[in-house]
Amino acid sequence: MRAGRAWLACGAGLGLLVLVAAGALLALNRLDEAPLQAQELATPATPALIARGEYLARVGNCLSCHTTQGGPAFAGGRAIDTPFGAIHAPNLTPDNATGIGRWSAREFWRAMHNGRSRDGRLLYPAFPYLSYTHVTRADSDAIYAYLHSLPPVEQKGRPHQLRFPFNTQLALAVWRAMYFRPGPWVDQPGQSPQWNRGAYLVQGLGHCAACHTPRNALGALRADAPFGGGRLAVQNWYAPALNSVREAGVADWPVSDVVALLKAGVSQQAGVSGPMAEVVFRSLQHLNDDDLQAMAEYLRSLPLREKPEPPVIEPTAAVMAQGREIYRQQCAQCHGDHGQGRAGALPALAGNRAVLLADSTNLVRVVLQGGYLPATAGNPRPHGMPPFMQSLTDAQIAAVLSYIRNAWGNGASRVDTIDVYRARERRGS
Amino acid sequence: MMRWLRLALSLCSCLWGVALALPGDEGMSSRVLACTACHGKEGRATADGYFPRIAGKPAGYLYHQLLNFRDGRRSYPQMSYLLEHLTDDYLREIANHFAALDLPYAPQPAAPLSRALLERGQQLVRHGDAGRKIPACAQCHGDAMTGVAPFVPGLLGLSRDYVASQLGAWQTGQRRAQVPDCMARVARQMTVDDVSAISAWLAAQAVPGRGRPAAAFKALLPMPCGGVDAPAVAGGAQ
Repeated sequence: MRAGRAWLACGAGLGLLVLVAAGALLALNRLDEAPLQAQELATPATPALIARGEYLARVGNCLSCHTTQGGPAFAGGRAIDTPFGAIHAPNLTPDNATGIGRWSAREFWRAMHNGRSRDGRLLYPAFPYLSYTHVTRADSDAIYAYLHSLPPVEQKGRPHQLRFPFNTQLALAVWRAMYFRPGPWVDQPGQSPQWNRGAYLVQGLGHCAACHTPRNALGALRADAPFGGGRLAVQNWYAPALNSVREAGVADWPVSDVVALLKAGVSQQAGVSGPMAEVVFRSLQHLNDDDLQAMAEYLRSLPLREKPEPPVIEPTAAVMAQGREIYRQQCAQCHGDHGQGRAGALPALAGNRAVLLADSTNLVRVVLQGGYLPATAGNPRPHGMPPFMQSLTDAQIAAVLSYIRNAWGNGASRVDTIDVYRARERRGS
Repeated sequence: MMRWLRLALSLCSCLWGVALALPGDEGMSSRVLACTACHGKEGRATADGYFPRIAGKPAGYLYHQLLNFRDGRRSYPQMSYLLEHLTDDYLREIANHFAALDLPYAPQPAAPLSRALLERGQQLVRHGDAGRKIPACAQCHGDAMTGVAPFVPGLLGLSRDYVASQLGAWQTGQRRAQVPDCMARVARQMTVDDVSAISAWLAAQAVPGRGRPAAAFKALLPMPCGGVDAPAVAGGAQ
C-alpha cells in the first residue's frame, strides 16, 4: 500500500516534470511571436517596394539555395547537404499549390523572424533564420512583395532526407530551445549609422555567420566564436575567420580593397573561391556602393581574436626538392619563379594568406579542381586555374603545396598525401 | 602522359607570350589554361581520347555546350564546377576563342575492325535507316562530317569511345540540349549495335583538311533542333 503511494507520487512528479519541460519547450519555441489572427492591412506592392525587395533578396542570396542548376528561378528543389542529411529548399514563387502564393506578409515575416512555416511547422535552420531573425519587418515585407511579383512556377517541393531523430519536429524544437532566440534588430548606440547598416547587413540578410562562424557537434553556431572561421562539413571548404589577420580579417585593409573583394571578387590582396565565389557572383556584386562601404566598415571593425596557431610541421628536404621541381614545371609559368604572381591577373603565392591557412583544404581543392574567379562587372574576364586532378598524383600535389607553403619566406605546415586524398575523395560532395 | 601534359603546359605558356601580343585576342590563351589542362594543348585533345578536341569546333556549338554544362543539361561535375560563375558573354568569348583556332588534326589511330561492322557504320552514317526513323548523320553534320557552322559539330577526329559514350548519354538523358532535343530523339532510335558500328566507322575516318565546318546546310533538317537556327522538314520525321 505504502509502495503504491510512493509510485503514485513518483509518477505524478515525473508527469509534472514532463509537463513543465513541454511547456518550456513550447514557450521557448514561441518567443517573440505575435498572434497571426491580428488583422493588418497589407503593404501595397508598389513598383518601388518590389524593386527594394528584389535588391534585398539579392543581399540575402535567396536565389542560390532556392534554385536548382539551370532551373526556374526561386522555384526551389536544390538539396542543401548537411551532416544530418539533405534539406531541400522549397518553392518561393507565388504558386498557390506548391509555392508561397497563399502566404500572407505576416506569415512570411514569421518564417524569417521566428523560423516557423505557414502551417505552424518549425523550419530547419539550413534556412538561415538565425541570421534572418534580425531582418526588419519592413525589409521582410519588401522581399515578400518581390517574391509575390514573380511568375508562379508549379514545382512541388522534395521531401527532406534527414536521419532519425533529426527528421522529427521534437528534435528541432529541442534544438531551437537550446540555440535559437529571435532577435529584432537594434542599432548599437555610439556607432555610426554606416557601421550599424554594415552590421545589420552582415549579421542579418548577408548571413555571413552561416559559414564564417564555427559550429558545434549539433550544427549550432558557436556563440563563443563569432566569425572565428568555420568548416563547411559536407561541402568540404573552410570559411576563414573574419576576425583574424592571418585568415580573412580585413582590419588592416583599406576600405576600397574590402569593397573591391566583395564587389568584383578580387582585390589587391585576395580573390574569392569556392562558396564565396558564388556569394559574390549571385549576391554581393549587385549591392550598391553605400551598402558595400557599410559592410566594409563593420568588417574592418571586428575585434581581432587570433587563434593559437598549431605547431608548424616542416616538410623534409626531399619533399621540398620534389615540390620545387614540380613547381618549376607546372606552376612557375603563371605564378612566377618566386611566387610573385602577376599583378591584376594571377595571384602571388608568396605571403598569400589563402596559401598559408593552417587548414589546407581550400588550397588542395584549388589545385585539384582549378577554378575561375567569378565573372563580375569589375572582373568580367577572369583567369582560370587549371585543374590538376588528372595530371598530378596525391603525393605530387602534397609535395608542391608543401614547397609553396615553405618557399620565398612562407612558413606553414606541410601538406601530406592523405590531406590530398581526403579532399579528392570528397570533391563534388 | 605526365611528361606530355607538362610539355603541353609549358608550350601553352610560351604561346601565351605570343598571344598577348596578338590584336583582338587580349590574352585569351592564358585565360583558358583551365580548359587546355584536360582538352590538350590549344584544345587539340590528347591521345587518350577521353577529353574531346575543342579547337576549331563551330563557335555556336561550343557556346551551347558551355551553357549546357553550366546549366545542368550535360553532366560532368568538373565542367559544371569550372563554369558555375561565368557569364554568358564570357562563355561566348571562350567558345569563339577555341572556334577560331585553325589547327591540323593528328592522324586517327588504326584499329582492327571487321569489314561488316565498318560497312554497317558507313551505311548508317551516310544513309540512315528511314524504316527506323534514323536520319543519315551526314544530313545534319555535313557531307564531309565536319559539322555545319555555327551550331552543328563535326563527328570526325573523335575517339570511338567518346562517340559511343556520347550516343549512350543521349539515350539515357544524361546528355541533353535545348528543346526540341533532336539528337536525343535520333539516338533513342539506335540499338547498341548501331552505336557500335557508327562510332567505329566515324573514328576510323581521316579528318579532311583541317576539319573546318561547312558554311551552311544543303537541305532542310530532318526535324526541328533546339538552338539550331535552320529550317526543318515540316512536322519533323514523326
